Amino acid sequence: MRHVISLLMENEAGALSRVSGLFSSRGYNIESLTVAPTEDASLSRMTIVTRGSDEVIEQITKQLNKLVDIVKVQDLTDGCHIERELMLVKVKAVGEFREEMKRMADIFRGRIIDVADKTYTIELTGPGVKLDAFIAALEPSAILEAVRTGASGIGRGDRIMKI
Amino acid sequence: MADTELTGAEIVVRCLAAEGVEHVFGYPGGAVLDIYDAIYKQDKFKHILVRHEQAAVHAADAYSRSTGKVGVALVTSGPGATNAVTGIATAYMDSIPLVVITGQVPTAAIGMDAFQEVDTVGITRPCVKHNFLVKDVKDLADTLKKAFYIASTGRPGPVVIDIPKDVTQHRCAFHYPESIAMRSYNPTSKGHAGQIKRAAQMLLEAKRPVIYSGGGVILANAAEQLTELARQLGFPVTSTLMGLGGYPAPDPLFLGMLGMHGTIEANMAMQHCDVLLAVGARFDDRVIGNPKHFQKEARKIIHIDVDPSSISKRVKVDVPIVGDVGNVLAEFAKLTQAADHGPDPEALKAWRAQIELWRAQDCMKYDHNAAVIKPQFVIEKLYEITGGDAFVTSDVGQHQMWAAQYYKFAKPRRWINSGGLGTMGFGLPAAMGVQMAHPGAPVACITGEGSIQMNIQELATCKQSDLPIKIVLLNNGYLGMVRQWQEFFYEERYSESYVASLPDFVKLAEAYGHVGMRIDKPEDVEPALRRAFGEYKDRLVFMNFLTDPRENVYPMIPAGKGLSEMILI
Repeated sequence: MRHVISLLMENEAGALSRVSGLFSSRGYNIESLTVAPTEDASLSRMTIVTRGSDEVIEQITKQLNKLVDIVKVQDLTDGCHIERELMLVKVKAVGEFREEMKRMADIFRGRIIDVADKTYTIELTGPGVKLDAFIAALEPSAILEAVRTGASGIGRGDRIMKI
Repeated sequence: MADTELTGAEIVVRCLAAEGVEHVFGYPGGAVLDIYDAIYKQDKFKHILVRHEQAAVHAADAYSRSTGKVGVALVTSGPGATNAVTGIATAYMDSIPLVVITGQVPTAAIGMDAFQEVDTVGITRPCVKHNFLVKDVKDLADTLKKAFYIASTGRPGPVVIDIPKDVTQHRCAFHYPESIAMRSYNPTSKGHAGQIKRAAQMLLEAKRPVIYSGGGVILANAAEQLTELARQLGFPVTSTLMGLGGYPAPDPLFLGMLGMHGTIEANMAMQHCDVLLAVGARFDDRVIGNPKHFQKEARKIIHIDVDPSSISKRVKVDVPIVGDVGNVLAEFAKLTQAADHGPDPEALKAWRAQIELWRAQDCMKYDHNAAVIKPQFVIEKLYEITGGDAFVTSDVGQHQMWAAQYYKFAKPRRWINSGGLGTMGFGLPAAMGVQMAHPGAPVACITGEGSIQMNIQELATCKQSDLPIKIVLLNNGYLGMVRQWQEFFYEERYSESYVASLPDFVKLAEAYGHVGMRIDKPEDVEPALRRAFGEYKDRLVFMNFLTDPRENVYPMIPAGKGLSEMILI
């Protein structure tokens, strides 16, 4: 099962390596991991997308909680939540592609954020599946480069993770 | 505390003194010269100079195991730190509270591949409870406070503090905090009241109960609470290798050690019980073997542990209780005592009768009339002569198992061994730490000729620090446990397990200034031990017992098998 785990940790040097080290040393999967400080600069907020049986996920949560720098851990997939991921795709924008790419970006509610003679760079935000769908919808030869951030997640409504 | 300006090195020393540290085990080097200079000028604690950094950490570790206090080791950067890693990992696997201070190259040199530079925080990260790199002298005192707090609370463990040389030279006002609060670290100590009630009810209804106690009982100083509860309920108790001494071994309710080399009665009771109370133990592979085989039998499991991640890791449990095991056991005793009925006496009687049938198979028997020295016999004699009250350290291998099986530990913190990591070379430095903590107490190091040679240089430390340890070498000329596995599972292909070219241990001991003895006849075992603990009480005595090279440790559960699949003698 796919799980989205959200955590708050002290914004200290090496904090990220404690988390990534835990996953590699115990053989847990990481599909994606995003991290940055937020409104409180002393904390880093991390979203980890992982896969595992219920037992494995339980262990992951417990092991994360055990790390001394971690303040809070929440499995977002335990309840309603929202996930968003940002992708930047550089595509060919010559000949027929110039119109086509603009149209595709519009359909997927993407934005063209850089225009050059032969390329567009499209910014697209959404759940991972939407980004997958966009990639699948494009002619493969038109994709020059793509970069994705991995998912960031947050609980819906009153579900708040804060200290 | 006064707000005087001190150097980082002086701050380190003042913090250790403020923590009540009496002994620091270490080895100097370039990056820690300022700290050593500050040590030279103080008289609050004693520094014990070892001969290899690994030994410093093992000694500090065993110091802690035998006292319950936080052990402290001090090493230099680079090779000092890497040599310490085995010791740190050993302490981590057995949850021993340690503060290990490592020197580091000056902050400006970090990342420059400087002389004796290594990424200590990176290297030790997977084998510490937590670690710190202190880049500013102003953070030093708080970091030391945090280190002692983290090491000794919750599930204990080693904490490394890496201090660059310039930080030990910079000055700042010194203030050592009385206490420290960390928003990210709040270990649970009190168990959930509802769960405790549910568990107590389960205990009262048990018909075939077993208490399975582990190292957590020792670490939490909960031996008394465990003993009280077991006796009150009349429940049999088995201990893991790490839990020995948590319940008095000579007591009839005690089933002996369980696991790979556990007794029949312990393993069978564990497999066939209907309610299992696991206390500070973690169902590891050497204890229950194959978890699938273990779970074939239906039983209710109550698991108390201070570390939530130890619960339902290898085995699903019915009633998890996170908290200090001493607190929870005391709560149990209160509830079961207040209950209107105890456990069904008829059922308990029948269960104990079944256990006696298993016990009657006498799985620990061995040949008492052999012409060669049986290793088990040496341990039994050691037990007799020390009145069962010595501190016993061990290395890793067959001798460790025989020590665990035949020395009947009646008190906690007397049995000091590397259970989790299984570190050969642990025994002698461990004995040093124990002897430092308990001057005048009998300390025996049970070892093998393979293990002892992994830290034999520490005989010099013992001389310098005047440590009258009694080394009991069970010398069978083989890496015995390797040889045993090769005999059982590799069709007797003894690949590299014969240790040829052993030194003359008597001369070696004498060369280091100690007493050496060579014992090769069963009738000489007792007199040798008596002399060692009598006439040579104040000397280190190295007893080289030439034992039966073909002796194996029984019973044995082959790796991957279940508790009831023991190989018996």
